[in-house]
Amino acid sequence: MKETISIRVNGRQHNIQVDDAKTPLLYILRNQLALNGPKFGCGQGQCSACLILLDGQPVSSCMIPASTAAGKEIVTIEGLAKDKNLHPVQEAFVEHQAAQCGYCLNGMVIAAVAILSEDPDPGEEVINQGMQRVLCRCGVHNRVKKAIDTAAKSLSR
Amino acid sequence: MEKVVSSARRKFLKRSGSLVIGIPFLPGCLSSTEGARTNVEPLQRDLDPTFVKAWLEILKDGTIRIFTGKMELGQGISVAVAQVAAEELNTDINKVSVRLAETEVTPDEGFTVGSNSIETSAMSIRYAAATAREQLLQLAAKQLKVTASDLHVKDGMVYQKGGKTISFYMLLDGKQLDVALNRKAKIKPKNQRQWVGKPIPRKELELMVRGEQVFIQDLRFEGMVHARIVRPASYHATLKKVNEDALRIAVPGIHKLVVNGSFIGLIAADEYDAVKGQAYLKKNTQWSVKHQLRVGESLQQQIEALPNEQESAIEKGNAFQPSKETIKATYFKPYIMHGSIGPSCALAIFKDGKLTIWSHSQGVYPLRKAISALVGLTDEQVHIKGVPGAGCYGHNGADDVAADVAILAMAYPGKHIRLQWSRSDEHGWEPFGSAMIMSLQAKLNSVGKISDWYGEIWSDTHTARPRAASNLLAAQYLSEPLTPQPPGWKGGSYRNAAPYYHIPNVNIDIRSFKGPLRTSALRSLGAYANIFALESFMDELAEKAGKDPVTFRIMNSTDERSVAVLERLRDITSKDTLSDGEGVGYGFTRYGNGAAYCSVAAKLTVTVNGEIKLRKLWAVIDAGEVINLDGLKNQTEGGMIQAASWTLKEAVKYDETHVTSLNWNSYPILRFTEIPEVHVTVIDRPSEQPVGAGEAAQGPTAAAIANAVYQASGKRIRSLPIPKIPS
Repeated sequence: MKETISIRVNGRQHNIQVDDAKTPLLYILRNQLALNGPKFGCGQGQCSACLILLDGQPVSSCMIPASTAAGKEIVTIEGLAKDKNLHPVQEAFVEHQAAQCGYCLNGMVIAAVAILSEDPDPGEEVINQGMQRVLCRCGVHNRVKKAIDTAAKSLSR
Repeated sequence: MEKVVSSARRKFLKRSGSLVIGIPFLPGCLSSTEGARTNVEPLQRDLDPTFVKAWLEILKDGTIRIFTGKMELGQGISVAVAQVAAEELNTDINKVSVRLAETEVTPDEGFTVGSNSIETSAMSIRYAAATAREQLLQLAAKQLKVTASDLHVKDGMVYQKGGKTISFYMLLDGKQLDVALNRKAKIKPKNQRQWVGKPIPRKELELMVRGEQVFIQDLRFEGMVHARIVRPASYHATLKKVNEDALRIAVPGIHKLVVNGSFIGLIAADEYDAVKGQAYLKKNTQWSVKHQLRVGESLQQQIEALPNEQESAIEKGNAFQPSKETIKATYFKPYIMHGSIGPSCALAIFKDGKLTIWSHSQGVYPLRKAISALVGLTDEQVHIKGVPGAGCYGHNGADDVAADVAILAMAYPGKHIRLQWSRSDEHGWEPFGSAMIMSLQAKLNSVGKISDWYGEIWSDTHTARPRAASNLLAAQYLSEPLTPQPPGWKGGSYRNAAPYYHIPNVNIDIRSFKGPLRTSALRSLGAYANIFALESFMDELAEKAGKDPVTFRIMNSTDERSVAVLERLRDITSKDTLSDGEGVGYGFTRYGNGAAYCSVAAKLTVTVNGEIKLRKLWAVIDAGEVINLDGLKNQTEGGMIQAASWTLKEAVKYDETHVTSLNWNSYPILRFTEIPEVHVTVIDRPSEQPVGAGEAAQGPTAAAIANAVYQASGKRIRSLPIPKIPS
């Protein structure tokens, strides 16, 4: 008994058929829409590897049942670049080489975009609080903070 | 199965199985050539590492393809080997692509461990490229009938001064160079270098921020199915009963349940069905739990009470004679975990008698040997392709998940199976870094220098990599179980146990025990705990000698490179001012007593409540000749942050049954609000051998923090972690 769920991802409408409407959005995005950005990290909303923007808010897609996402606007890291041009946050992460293994990069970039859309000139405290949910094990946090600073300047130009 | 809108479907099909494994440097050339091979038979290659062609190939489009037997772990080895090759062949780095570890395709370079990929793989590639350049010039001289000294190479071409040109590819007539690698080939002079030593960015970051396929977790194949494993209730549990009928009623999407002894795996077309099946069986499977873990006493007490095998590891000068002047201190480090952000993952298909595995293992060749023995195939029947996973920092679940999926593939042939470990699989079953006790004694001479040193190191093994099938986790739970090999090499336990100072008499004994938890290699092995102890003890000795900590280290050093990293660090930190409750502490190592020199300083505040706020970490590192400046800095910054997390927060917890640190709430690591500033200064020594640096900062960071706590609070903490100061 398949159920059809209508979701909007990166500006495009998708009618997804699922066996179980409780299927976490993460699996829908990765397996049905073949998106790589949101990563499986913990499945418990603790690490933010799977972060997406749901109606502009950063949420862990492993914790969102597909049915809850119906009718909402979803943006993944794949939807940030405009054609070939990277989003200023993406650009700044590349510029600062703000990664080692890069597995947490999805959550870092999405959380940073969310911070800057709320506060175009965030101080260190706002950045830290906004990024607190995203775990990194390689230890590139300081590079991430520099990248967010650079992106903030570039966005305000 | 699922109906997908057409555009996404097309994208899906286009991407199926076409992961780019090589690290391409041009966004335009990312697609087919390298990646298409994920689906086809491997290249027929001659892999004799003493020949140039094992390491590099000249391609028709003028690009150079490098083959490294090492794995990209986020340490940036791909760009480093591209740099040395581009340098020697005088080629734009964008014309160099890199193929990572793959059986039958790249040379067998064992495991990607010990921070030695620069010393081994990159140096082989450097000389292979230099040999290639010499050979190509000679060939061109012959063909163009000119002298080789009138020729030079650039971007895949040979040029004659003001005259003829010919491409490498044409020169070789489409073949590869069939010459021995010359370890004495002339290397490009340092003052002419264009790529080596520069902070060349890693281009794969752009792929990552675009959400392109980079990781093993992103591999997809047509008709691929999803698997999960149900681990036993404890290390020594055996399966009593699994109810397959009930499982199929609860989760009808399960295609296959594989039960072999106490090993349970399940397969479904839909990933969420596999997740639900795993959750169902975790709750509803009966196990017989045979051995209970001991709790109720401190881990340190427990280790001291365990049987152990004592042996002398280092004997230099006279045996240690305790006297009333002997200074003693004992230090402790608990079990800590790798804690990869992406739980381990592997894919496999068994088809036409051949088992193909995609793995983020650190050693595809040793893993192939272990897996072929485990599943009863010949080495030739097993092909393993290395694909990057999340950072592993040592021997995590990467090999075990590959063995798991191999067992499932043999039981369910013909389909690509993707096995994703859960967070609790990884936290609960990865081999941890061993708990250790370091009991140290020393004597000072009349001028305050160290004359005698004795260390007694208690440790479980730091080396249980899959050199044999029995070291693969699943092997212990099959119906015909294999018993893990007793640990052989014990060098990990006393790595950096002997001080890298000038001390006439040094004796180190190790006491090897088998502790309650599974252990293997974690970044820097025993060096993290040994340097924490040794460099904490150095501060204690400095105080007895009436010297400041840095001066005391320098006066006990005779290696000028040690002195240089210490003096530079003192200069840098002397510019910083301290407020009330703040302290600065220092730590030093020469990693493995033969690789990078690294000094670290920590500045922190101890609040009136005993809370520790880590403010800043500085490092000065000398890794010989610098290959990639930004890569070296990044590794050192990250090493300090990770070590700070270990030192301030981390200890694996367990109860009578099993590990209880099963997620990031029960095993917290440093988050953004706790991250200190980091500053890394690099001393480049172009005339010294380049050495790996990825593990150098771990130990000195721990000691610097403990020493800073002492400076700030007067409390000497000898037991890790140090979440706060006991009142």
